[in-house]
Amino acid sequence: MEIKILTFGQITDITDKSEFKLVGVNTTEELNAKLAELFPELPSIKYSVAVNKKIVRENTKLNNEDEVALLPPFSGG
Amino acid sequence: MNFERYSKQILLKEFGIAAQEKLLNAKVLVVGAGGLGCPALQYLAAAGVGTIGIVDFDVVEISNLHRQILYNVDDIGKSKAETAALKLNLLNPEIKFQSLNLKLQTSNTLKIVSQYDLVIDGSDNFSTRYLVNDACVLLNKPLVYGAVLQFEGQVGVFNLADKKTNIKTNYRNLFPAPPENYLSCNEAGVLGVLPGIIGTMQAAEAIKIITKIDNPLSNKIISYNALNNFFYEFEISPDKKTEEGTPKNEMEFLNFNYDWFCELHNAICEISVKEFNEMMSIENLFVIDVREKTELPLVDEFPLVRISLSEFEKLAPIISPENKVVVFCKSGKRSIKVAKTLKEKFPTCSVFSLAGGITAWEKQYKKISV
Repeated sequence: MEIKILTFGQITDITDKSEFKLVGVNTTEELNAKLAELFPELPSIKYSVAVNKKIVRENTKLNNEDEVALLPPFSGG
Repeated sequence: MNFERYSKQILLKEFGIAAQEKLLNAKVLVVGAGGLGCPALQYLAAAGVGTIGIVDFDVVEISNLHRQILYNVDDIGKSKAETAALKLNLLNPEIKFQSLNLKLQTSNTLKIVSQYDLVIDGSDNFSTRYLVNDACVLLNKPLVYGAVLQFEGQVGVFNLADKKTNIKTNYRNLFPAPPENYLSCNEAGVLGVLPGIIGTMQAAEAIKIITKIDNPLSNKIISYNALNNFFYEFEISPDKKTEEGTPKNEMEFLNFNYDWFCELHNAICEISVKEFNEMMSIENLFVIDVREKTELPLVDEFPLVRISLSEFEKLAPIISPENKVVVFCKSGKRSIKVAKTLKEKFPTCSVFSLAGGITAWEKQYKKISV
């Protein structure tokens, strides 16, 4: 099973790429844990998670080829 | 109505005179006359929005001019709200401008927002964003949100019921709490044209909402990346959990400390001895002494409760939103920790830490009594 990850804002600075694939994660919680392992700086940033463009709050099951976007808040105006 | 001025948009069959009249009757508040606010203001004024409120307490600086192109060199040092109103009046003298050279705070926001039909958020900090969002939720006003950083921007519409589903969402459904570590445009930079694009999109959404000519971005935000022209749409759902911290009524709103919530600097949640004495003289404070029982001096000059830091885990008091709480210790270090914990537990309460602790207070008090 493969998941596509899209990153925005300062998350891209941490992951160093705005799009990449991950295997072996079945839920959004597993994904967050995996991301924290891959990018130790990431947990210090608050971000919202969207699965196939819908913002999700609860732990959500992921399916093959799902697209997960990580969106941090910006405050600039 | 000056038909000629608006003739090119009246010509649009979806628009016509009916939409133009709706614009002329509309009152829009633009929060922040900066990178986002300037382009939004220019297009709203040009389009003929009848009453435009401009709120900003800042002055024009030379480093603003690469993106806030409503201003020029002669305006440096002048009030943004007042300068913007003067400039926009040259563009369209047929509409009304209300310049508000002030900082939005819990004490003035509801009164100001209630006078408008729609709000555009062009602010540059999280504290104002949550403040304006919560005010719009309480007063049921649509909020056109925009934010930028470096090469990326976000735009969306909150608190506007979707025509088909009747569902509405707000900023807290997207970001329930502000981040602890974040960069502002002052620190991280911003491409000048980016707020121009996002602010203009905000104006377009406002015009669509007022004229009802098509579907605005309700319950959605768009993210735009100027470097690779990548647009991405996020759908937001209402969610009780994320709304838990929102003030439920005017009283809770007035007592909500947005600077605290957004964890500005410790200095914000600290109060000086002078402020503490002033607060004590005008209202009942719930004062907590978190020093250990053996620590001196004993304080009997004002009413207080003693709960030492070591007891705090077990004995943490219940605070109601009506209480203003001041925590102190010897030097002001332990009290900050406790104040932060209390604030996390009771986010709608006002909690302060006495800067310099009882040592600083005693010094001042002795000076006064001598």
